[in-house]
Amino acid sequence: MKKLAIAVAVSMMFGTAALAAPLKIGVAAEPYPPFTSPDASGNWVGWEIDFLGAVCKKAALDCVITPTAWDGIIPALTAGQIDVIMSSMSINEEREKSIDFTDKYYNTPTAVMATKGAGILPTPEGLSGKIIGVQVSTIQEAYVQAHFPDAELKSYQTADESYQDLAAGRIDAVVADSIVVADFLKTEPGACCENVGNVVDDPVILGRGVGFGLRKADPLKETLNKAIADVRADGEYDAITKKYFTIDIYGPAN
Amino acid sequence: MTCPPPAELSSLTLLGFGDCGWGATLLWGFGNSLMIALGAYAIGFCIGVSGAFGKLYGGPVAKDLLAVYTTIVRAVPELVLILILYYAVPALLNQVLLGLGYERINLPQFITGVVVLAVVQGAYQIEVLRGSILAVPQGQIEAARAMGMSPVMLARRITLPLMTSNAIPGLGNLWLNATKDTALLAVIGFTELTKATFQASATTKAFFTFYGAAMALYMAISLVSILLFGRLEKVSRRGQRDARG
Repeated sequence: MKKLAIAVAVSMMFGTAALAAPLKIGVAAEPYPPFTSPDASGNWVGWEIDFLGAVCKKAALDCVITPTAWDGIIPALTAGQIDVIMSSMSINEEREKSIDFTDKYYNTPTAVMATKGAGILPTPEGLSGKIIGVQVSTIQEAYVQAHFPDAELKSYQTADESYQDLAAGRIDAVVADSIVVADFLKTEPGACCENVGNVVDDPVILGRGVGFGLRKADPLKETLNKAIADVRADGEYDAITKKYFTIDIYGPAN
Repeated sequence: MTCPPPAELSSLTLLGFGDCGWGATLLWGFGNSLMIALGAYAIGFCIGVSGAFGKLYGGPVAKDLLAVYTTIVRAVPELVLILILYYAVPALLNQVLLGLGYERINLPQFITGVVVLAVVQGAYQIEVLRGSILAVPQGQIEAARAMGMSPVMLARRITLPLMTSNAIPGLGNLWLNATKDTALLAVIGFTELTKATFQASATTKAFFTFYGAAMALYMAISLVSILLFGRLEKVSRRGQRDARG
């Protein structure tokens, strides 16, 4: 009996040693509902987490979620602290200079949120002279810099902090992802504000949807692309989406 | 798991250990903070003791190197050191490793945290310990040498016991610094107490409740530590004349 126990223990040790190291999936370490947010027991939940589960199962990968600061998530990837970025990161040319992306797995427009009745419009004229809050190093930040030159830009570490300041009346508007805005408007502090409409699309800045971020020339790209296509094809994608949204978030086919 | 919206829950439920309470997450963060502080302090103490003796009695090269170390580390903000060690060092290391044909490594956040804070603690502890060694009366050391004690025996029997009481107040301060410096690790996304508090309050919007709880936890470490270091100092001063006469 004792011998058996030792044999089992030894084989388990070698069994785990033989497996490749788990893939570290970097997620911004702050709540970004409904895509990624921690629940009360510290587990990560949300659409992207469910989607990741499906992708990793299809590709037979051992994925571990590693919370990482958003403003350092690309350096963390290139430095090897994480292996994949999965944090609602939009695929655009600026980022493609330093990292690779898989195919997109969702694509939603960018919206402007403002205090109710403030008469703000999602246009350069409508936002002229206003204070706009955005999350730092996002496509929205780049968009505001390029398209709303007459507005004052205020960058926040997390998207959540910009909503708090909008609710507190310190800024006039927030430019953010339309789905995330809709989610915030459903909460209690969101009662202050409304979605005043989407901004005019700019594919160069706003990118081609959200994909997994990878180190340059990482062979994982093919594996993940195939898994994304498989999850899309067998209906699992739609099943996960139905749990969180009433609309299809995949956007137009590329 | 379905919880009612956080606004409908009382502070007690939010801080509790039930399905909808964040108590376990906060305590987990608190445990992480404590373990990092303890690890960093212990390693820092080893650096401190050897560095202090090296700075006083080492050769010219060792003295110069230690002077460079304590000067640089005490001059650069801890925050910058953390960012350097977490982002810059692994990138460099991996470039070298890949160039030599090895696999890339990654530094876990926990280890990065312990190492950075230990490097910082080490530099400050060297200075505290060096000062307390210098405060040992020169006559005692000369007497020990005259008795023919070897340097190791001199350290063990004379210098270390006499310097301890001088060093404890300074070391106590550094321990309190270590516990609070752990909060800086939130910048690399490590879930210590501050980051756990931030996540809890950002998700539930109960900012006052959670930051209040975090404050109480930090206070608790400080109060217990102050008490313990006070005791330690008393013990180490046994047999010494009270300075107040």
